[in-house]
Formats: sequence, C-alpha cells, structure tokens
Amino acid sequence: MKRGWLFQAGLLAAAGLVLWFFISNTTHNLETRKIASGFGFLWREAGFEIGETGAIAYSAADSYLRALVVGLWNTFRIAAIGVVFATLLGTLIGLARLSPNWLLVKLAAAYVEAIRNVPLLVQLFFWYAIISENLPGPAEALNPLPGVYLSNRGIFFPLPGSTPELSGFNFIGGASLSPEFAALLVGLVTYTAAFIGEIVRAGVLSVGRGQVDAAYSIGLARRAALRFVVLPQALRLIVPPLTSQYLNLAKNSSLAVAIGYPDLVSIANTTLNQTGQAIEGIAIIMGVYLTISLSISALMNWYNRRVALKGTLR
Amino acid sequence: MKWARENLFSSWPSALATIAILWLAWKLVPPFVDWAFVEAIWRAPDARACREAQGAGACWAFIGEKHRFILFGTYPFEQHWRPAAATAVLILLWFFSSLKRFWQYWLSAVWVAGLALIGVLMWGGVLGLAYVENERWGGLILTLLLASFGVALAFPLSILLALGRQSQMPVLRAACIGYIELIRGVPLISVLFMASVMLPLFLPAGVSIDKLLRAQIALILFAAAYLAEVVRGGLQAIPRHQYEAAEALGLSYWKRTLHVILPQALRFSIPPLVNTFIGFFKDTSLVLIIGLFDLLSTIKVSLQDPAWSGFGVEAYLFACLVYFAFCFAMSAYSRQLEASPVRGGLPRPLRQS
Amino acid sequence: MKSFTVAAALSILAAGPAHAQSAAPSTLEAVTKKGYVQCGVNVGLAGFSQPDSQGVWKGIDVDVCRAIAAAVFGDASKVRYTPLTAQQRFTALQSGEVDVLSRNTTWTITRDTSLGLNFVGVNYYDGQGFMVPKKRKVKSAKQLNGATICVQPGTTTELNLADYFRANNMKFKPVVIEKLEEVLNAYFSGRCDVYTTDISGLVAVRVSRAPKPDDHVILPEVISKEPLGPAVRHGDDRWFDVVKWSLFAMIEAEELGLNSKNIDQQAGSQNPSIQRFAGATGDIGKMLGLDNRWAVNIVKQVGNYGESFDANLKPLGFDRGLNKLWTQGGLMYAPPIR
Repeated sequence: MKRGWLFQAGLLAAAGLVLWFFISNTTHNLETRKIASGFGFLWREAGFEIGETGAIAYSAADSYLRALVVGLWNTFRIAAIGVVFATLLGTLIGLARLSPNWLLVKLAAAYVEAIRNVPLLVQLFFWYAIISENLPGPAEALNPLPGVYLSNRGIFFPLPGSTPELSGFNFIGGASLSPEFAALLVGLVTYTAAFIGEIVRAGVLSVGRGQVDAAYSIGLARRAALRFVVLPQALRLIVPPLTSQYLNLAKNSSLAVAIGYPDLVSIANTTLNQTGQAIEGIAIIMGVYLTISLSISALMNWYNRRVALKGTLR
Repeated sequence: MKWARENLFSSWPSALATIAILWLAWKLVPPFVDWAFVEAIWRAPDARACREAQGAGACWAFIGEKHRFILFGTYPFEQHWRPAAATAVLILLWFFSSLKRFWQYWLSAVWVAGLALIGVLMWGGVLGLAYVENERWGGLILTLLLASFGVALAFPLSILLALGRQSQMPVLRAACIGYIELIRGVPLISVLFMASVMLPLFLPAGVSIDKLLRAQIALILFAAAYLAEVVRGGLQAIPRHQYEAAEALGLSYWKRTLHVILPQALRFSIPPLVNTFIGFFKDTSLVLIIGLFDLLSTIKVSLQDPAWSGFGVEAYLFACLVYFAFCFAMSAYSRQLEASPVRGGLPRPLRQS
Repeated sequence: MKSFTVAAALSILAAGPAHAQSAAPSTLEAVTKKGYVQCGVNVGLAGFSQPDSQGVWKGIDVDVCRAIAAAVFGDASKVRYTPLTAQQRFTALQSGEVDVLSRNTTWTITRDTSLGLNFVGVNYYDGQGFMVPKKRKVKSAKQLNGATICVQPGTTTELNLADYFRANNMKFKPVVIEKLEEVLNAYFSGRCDVYTTDISGLVAVRVSRAPKPDDHVILPEVISKEPLGPAVRHGDDRWFDVVKWSLFAMIEAEELGLNSKNIDQQAGSQNPSIQRFAGATGDIGKMLGLDNRWAVNIVKQVGNYGESFDANLKPLGFDRGLNKLWTQGGLMYAPPIR
C-alpha cells in the first residue's frame, strides 16, 4: 500500500508539473503575442446583431455578456423542446417496431437504420436545405389557421393582444419560430428519436414474456398489464440510457453553428473571433455544457432511484 | 391473402397505419424516382445543362466532375492511386479483424504492418514514391484514418482509464472520474476548438503541432473517455468471485488484470465497442468545422466552386450514401455479434446461473 | 523503473519552458532550410483560394504564396498550404504554424497592433455592399429598415452591418450562417431579403449563382473599406520585406508591361527599370537576401498581378474596378523597385 501512496503522490506531482508547463507557456505566449486575457471583455460592447433573441432584449449596443446569455437561452430552448419531442417520437418508434403490423415494423426499422448510420451534421444540412427552399416568401405566406402564417421567415402565431401582420419586409407582432430553429429541432428530434426508439424497444422486450402472460392470467387487461407490469420494469432499464441520449441531444445542439441558429457555441465563436480571446471563449462553452450535463444526470439519477425503489416495493 | 390479413390488417389501427403508409409511399416514391433517375443528368461537360433542368432532375454530373476531389482531396492528382490503395488496405484490415477466426495475437502484428504500408503509400519518400506531406491528405482516406487511429490509440488509453476508475487509490480514481466526466460532459466541437485554437497557446513558441495531428489528438482524447465507459461496463459484468479467485492465487495486480480480468471484460464489451466505433466514425465529420479536408469537407468545398455550386441536395445524398455504406456494414456486424455471443466468451459460472 | 520514467518526464517538462524563452529563428532562414513556404489560406473561397476538381489550389491569394516561393526558391511549387478557418487564422500565424497568412484578411489597426500581425500590402481592394432582388423595388440601403439580412460570421462584415444600421437608426434581422453555400441558398430561396458581403463577392454571386442575374441588384452604398492582404508575424523584418516585395513585384511587373509570356525576351531589354527588375543590373535580389532573378522567377512562374486577376477572378465576373493600376485610375501602386 505504501507503493500506492508513493505512486499517487507522483501522479499528483506529474499533473501539477504538466499544468505548470502549460500555464507558463500560455502566459508567455499571451504576453509575446499581445493577446489580452481575463474576462473583462464580457462587459465591452458586442457590436454584432443576433437573429433570434427569444425572451431577452438585445441589440448590437449591448455587452458580450448579454450576447452570450442570449446564446445560452437559445441553447436551453432548443434542448428543452428537443428532449420532449424526441422522447415522444422515440417512444412511438420503439412501439411501432413491436407492433403486429408488418409494414409498420419494417418502416420503423428502416427509419432507425437510415438515421443512425448517417452523421447528424449531414442530416442538419439536408433538413435546412429542404425547409428553406420549399416554403414561400412572406408576401405569399401560407395561412393555415387565422392569425398563423407559415413562410420561409418561419412560423408566426398570435399571442394575446398581439397578432402578426405583414409590414414591409416581414411580419411584425405575435410570436415566431425561425426556419433555423425548425431545421435544428427537426434534425435533433429525428436523430435522437431513432436511438430512443431502440432503447424503448429493448426495455419493453426485456420484460419477459412470462411476466406479461402472468399479468393476463390474473385478469389484467392489455392496458393495465402495460401500466402496472411492463412499464415499471421496463422503465428501470430505459432510464439510464435515456439520460445519456438527453445529454447527447444537448451536446449535439452545438452543431447549430453550421446552419445559423444562434446558440451558445455560435455566439461564443463570434465573440472569440472578434476579441481573439480563445481560452476564455472555450472555457465558457465548456463550463456551460458541463453544468448542463451534470444537472441533467443528477436529475435523472434522482428519478432513476425513485423508479427503481417503486419497482422493488411493488 | 392470409398473410396480409394477419400482418397488415389485424385490427382497425393496424389497417389505418397500413393505408397511411401505402398512401405516403404512393405520394413520395414516384416523384423521387423521377428526380433521382428518370430526369437526372448523369453526364455534362459543365453545369449549364443541370441548371436548365433545375428542380426536375438530379445533377449527378456534379458528382462525376468532383468525385476525385471528394474522395482524395488535395492529394496530387496523378498520384491518386496511392490513397485509393491505402483506403483498400485499411478496409481489408478492418474486414479481417472482424472475422473471429483471426482474433489472434498476430493480428496486432498484421495491423502494425498494414499501417506501416499505409504510411509508406500516403507519405511516400521511399521506393521511388514522391513525398506527399500530410497537409495534402484528404477525402475518404482522411475520414477512415482519423477514425481508425482514433480508436486504435484511444482503446489502450480507455482501458487504463477504466481500470483507474475502479482503482483503490483515491487520487487516481478521482483523476480518472474527473477526466471521463469532463470529456463526456462537453460537446466534441468544443474539444476540437480547443485543439485547433488553444493548443498552440499551450506549447512553447516555435513548437507547433500540425493541424491534422491536433485534430487526431482531440479525437483520441474524446474517444478514450467514451470507450472507457464501455470497458467499465465489461469490467462490472465480471462476477466478483473471479476477482477474489485471482487474488487468492496470489497473483499481482497486473497479472490478475492482464490474465484474468481483461480478457473476459473485453469479450463482454465487443458489441458495445462496435457501436461506439460507429458513433465515433460519424463524429469525425465534425473536423469540417476546424477546416480539415475530411469527406464531408471535400463535399462542401466542391459546392463552393461557382461553376458547380447549387447542387447541395445531390452532394449531401452522396455523403449520406458513403457514410451509410460504412456504418451500415458495421452495425450489421455488431448485430450479428450480439445474436451469437463470442464462443467461449462467457465465463462458465455465469453461463450456468 | 517507475521513478525513472517520472524523473525523465520531469526533466523534459522542466526543459520545456526554458526553451520557450529562446528567440525564434529568422523565418527566411527557417523557410530556406525546410525547403518550402507554409502558407495559410482560406478553406475554400472561389477566386481567392480554392482547390479545383483535381485538388490543385487556385486563386489570387494562392498566387501570392506561389510568388513568395518563386522568389525564395526559384520554384513556385514549393508551397505547402494550410487551410484555415476564420478562428484559426491569427493563432496559426502567431504560433508559427504558417509562415505567411494569405487568406482574404482585412487590414485593420487592431490586427496590425494588438494581434501582432504585419500586413505587407493589399492584393485586393474591396468594400461591403448589399444585394437585393429587383422585385423588392429597393433603390438605396437606407430603405432596408426591418429587412432580414444574410451574412457570414467571424469577419468584419458582421460588425460593419450592425454599425451601418445603428448609424442610420434602422433595425434588421441577421441570419448568420458559417458556410457560403448555405448562405447563398438562404438568400436565393428568399429566406433573407438582402445578402451582404464584399462587393466583389456580390458581383461574383450574381453572375455565377443567380438563376437570372438581372433579377438582382447591388445597391449603390458601399458601407466599408476592405483592403485584403497577406500578413506576417511582428518582429521579423527580413521576412516581412521578402513577402512585401514579392507582392509588389507582381504589381510592378504589370506596370512595366512584363508578363509570363514576354519576360524572357524583355529581360534583355535596354529599359533601365526592366534591367533592375530582372536583376541584369544592380543587386536588388541580394539586398533582400534572395537570388537576383527573384522577380523574373515570380513573373515567369506565377505571372503579373493582372494575369493573376484575369485567371482567377475575371471568369467569376469580377470587375477590376479599384484594383486597376494607379496609371489606369485604380489603387494598385507599387513603390519603385530601385
């Protein structure tokens, strides 16, 4: 055991040395290359506009900090909505693969194979091309419901006290979702759903045939058997991999930079470009994602424990 | 008829689903076939014919014009047989490694020899082959090399990380957990940004690591954290008494690990390893964002050529096809592995229980 | 065993930062020694730097790299290209990964001072403008209030745009997309009302990409100055001189009427300017630390500035405009080579 402590001390020392090596080089390089350091730039004027600012008021005269907060909000928005829809679609697909309908089974299987074997980035480019090229301009906007307008500027829908109206170049008023948001959402949801579908299927299949038969034999209907026998057992298997899919979705939303949705990475990227402060920019990106990841896994661990406990009690 | 009644129209919802699917197919498939094959332009000296037919038919002439650049990037044109041969060698290596009967120790020697051959082909400088610097490598071979080297080097690292995570030594354990969770918690893009923009700041002035190598290091560090979790899964699948028995025999830590624990753990983790590899192969497409000419990148650069730009859908479909061919082969293989567990893979006591 | 490795690692680490203090060697010597120029270029921008269907780099920025190689080695092919994204370009130059940055980079005071760059000159004068579909009936940029505008990130373009609208008290919605292909798709499909980039780019896009070029108009306002040029690191004056005069030699050659076809005959000319340029008299090459035929090699292998422009930018529909020689009413002006 003494050797163990010696080894660990050595490890610590080596890690410290490597760290010191990097830090001393970096400070030296920053100095000779005259690159500013520190987070002071956050309070300087950003000078660029952002297409979608969501609930946060922003203009080019605001600070970099505010711009980054807008980006964070956009990342949060896409991740939260994406998780909900991906779970719904994924469950449908998982169940479709278990359905008695042969056509549905094959279609779902083909979907899963096609989506899982092509990089998400390619799919995002593809969706964006389809969405932006096939919708009409604002003057010829589709009007499926009163007050709702669908065009290549996005979808506009009325809010209490404010309805969208065509004025000059675009609609004004109401609330809206942009095509970039839509493409990213569709891409992330369809991609993640393929993985979730497989998890759901594996979870349901893991509940032995005997369990289901037993449930039927004590007189439970199909729905009740699903609710009280299959689901509680399947959930225990589903939740841990589902967590990592949620995390993947949140991380994959960083690909937004490629199709022009102003998420955190995209705005941090612009900031990094304008200020030249790469270390701070990347530190912000990593810090934020780490926080998101750790909070999602903490939340899911808590849920997991609850589900597991309930299962054993029953 | 009977089959149809049982499998397509067994109940009302099922019948509705069948009708909906058939209707969709009738609506979508013929126009697509028209566009992709019937009206498509397969050969054209320039893009004019394609532009005139815009919308009606696909412009595969674009792929015809650009396929050499897409597959081989900026590699010298008259030397394209070299990356082509290297690609073939690499695919063969993977193919043979996938056959169980070749899972022997000499397989690693074959890999070393194969990679050396690829190095000779790609770099040259010997045997009368002209030297080609690695800034000029690109296209499919770059994607394959990034993925292969990424996994090959990340794998040993991931075993150390997984063992470290299970270690009794608190400092080592904390370091490994910290590393794994840190990398798994952030997007690959940020790791790539770090390698491409920050790494040069970490190194002494005058020392620079080439861009390709930096991306490769980032991919290795990234893959190691994910693979470590797969290996950990394998380690946890081994029953406790295997550890205890090995300890009772008085074997040292490394002997226990190398001869008893790892061989079993790795066999458990082969199917998830293949799945992780597929994900990793797809993720190499992100090096596009840091300006490396991988397959997706060469496709995008081809689209920037004003003489031929505007055929994005064709280009991305082509990208989908290439990636799909590789990934589908791998996932079919992984499914087959899962269906027939590796012979002798499961330790006896577990099989009985 | 273990302690040995640790000790070895320690000594390497300890040696590292000490090495960092030592002065970087002269770039010209380093380049001569390794036998090629490492040139940072754009990942893909037609006319400036872009690999063609055979994977060969083409463009006026690429020609600057080739001119430097021709001057240093007498062989324009001794260049290695490092494609760089907008984020990487300055770090790559600062860290010594590339010897010269020739990547359509705008010369600004911040970049010249606080980023530690030295711009050697201008190989393309540009300015930012707007393009709109004709059917919008917009006559001036002042009428663009409320418009949706497509723009690429990471450059001065984005900032100029925001400045202009703020100065004129107007609002706009940017659609910021990294890749040219996607930006153009967004504009032509009507996702944006306006596309903004340097005028040269607008002209090229209108000719080569618009289904009907006449359906799009470029508004008269030019909202910025964009002098694009190659840059080197601060603090190495000899290398700075070599790169600077390689560029000027291309411009001077056009003024003297020298091109890749006639340079061999003209080298024996009686004109004293041409004699000096060709190295027949004087030792200008030696003053730069190069071969005396450095300028002849540039013109013979790469061509003069006009040839480079005609080969790379003219086919895309670019107009010489501001980039004509000063003798023809443009801004291209090389100091005398004497």
